[in-house]
Amino acid sequence: MTETAAPPGGAAAAVVPGRPPVQVVPVRGLPLVAAALAGLVAAVVSNRLWAIDFFHVVGGGLWTAIDLFVGFIVGPILGSLPVPARVAFSVRFMPKMVLLMPTLVITTLVAGWQLARHEGTILASYSHHGWVVASMVVVGVMAVVAIGLLEPANLAVLFELRKPEPDGELIGRLMRRFVWTAGVTGAMQVATLVIMTRLATT
Amino acid sequence: MSADPAPPAAPAGPRRLRPGTARSPQRSGPRRLPPVAEMAVAAMALIVVAGIYLAARLPARAPLGTAVGLLACAAALLLAAAGLLSRLDPFPWRVFFLVAGWALLAYVVIAGMLEFIFVIDHTRGPVLAVLTGSLAVFALDIPLLLGFSVARYQDAGPARITGADGGHS
Repeated sequence: MTETAAPPGGAAAAVVPGRPPVQVVPVRGLPLVAAALAGLVAAVVSNRLWAIDFFHVVGGGLWTAIDLFVGFIVGPILGSLPVPARVAFSVRFMPKMVLLMPTLVITTLVAGWQLARHEGTILASYSHHGWVVASMVVVGVMAVVAIGLLEPANLAVLFELRKPEPDGELIGRLMRRFVWTAGVTGAMQVATLVIMTRLATT
Repeated sequence: MSADPAPPAAPAGPRRLRPGTARSPQRSGPRRLPPVAEMAVAAMALIVVAGIYLAARLPARAPLGTAVGLLACAAALLLAAAGLLSRLDPFPWRVFFLVAGWALLAYVVIAGMLEFIFVIDHTRGPVLAVLTGSLAVFALDIPLLLGFSVARYQDAGPARITGADGGHS
């Protein structure tokens, strides 16, 4: 990857006069990601119920809350803003999401899987196994929507913003996709809340 | 996307937003691209279905035929998408490899975490082989999807000209 184009990162972010540098991956956040993943591995290796539960609850709670907030609060507001305002917001918002969301997702899923094994809820003999499978389906749909539609739109907007003359029409189109998919994942998170509270109380 | 030289949509600081333009070097019009992204998303969906299919039957071993079939279909879609992608010329390959390279790094870490979980949970034999294959397809599929999704909107370089020496410019 020897590139003349700047790699995604703080030090090499695209700089256009009058605009904050457009980062794709905020490099300063990488140590935090590494620390979170290291903690997750330690929790899994130690097999302590509290540690596994901590990562699942914290990761899942943040993932759900952020998806709901972005899907139903930030998204509609963003969709109603003029394109330059969306651009100004996206330049600051989306790079953080590039790091934050994959970390929350992998933390929640890995810890959730281990928690389910620990408590036996993953087994087909579990009385509410159907709910567990339903949660897998919901997560699967969210993964396809988020990774297959939302994240590509997110990255394409960031790279468009690195250009000296960003394409306003393209950004508007991609931002509409971002808002739409954020709404879908927000709705799926409501289903997750129903399933998880049901599992936790039965 | 329009190729008309309409005035900029709106000012955004000193930098202006221009309306949609074609991505070919000549900007002569919108360029139709093969359905690489759609195929990559379909491959990812098949991998997700295979994973849920296997996980839903624990501790019993699910019939592997279905999972292997889903994995094979996903791998075929990924190869077909890569094949279609490789035939694009001109295409902003530098941007593609920049994005795909970083994404590959990230998704190898993610796939490695999941593989670690499978191994530490004593998953062995054919089931582990299917899951490992699924993770491999997943870890290659997403970088291809992200690289293509970004590069398709970048200005393509000059078309490759294969010379007698086999090189290209």
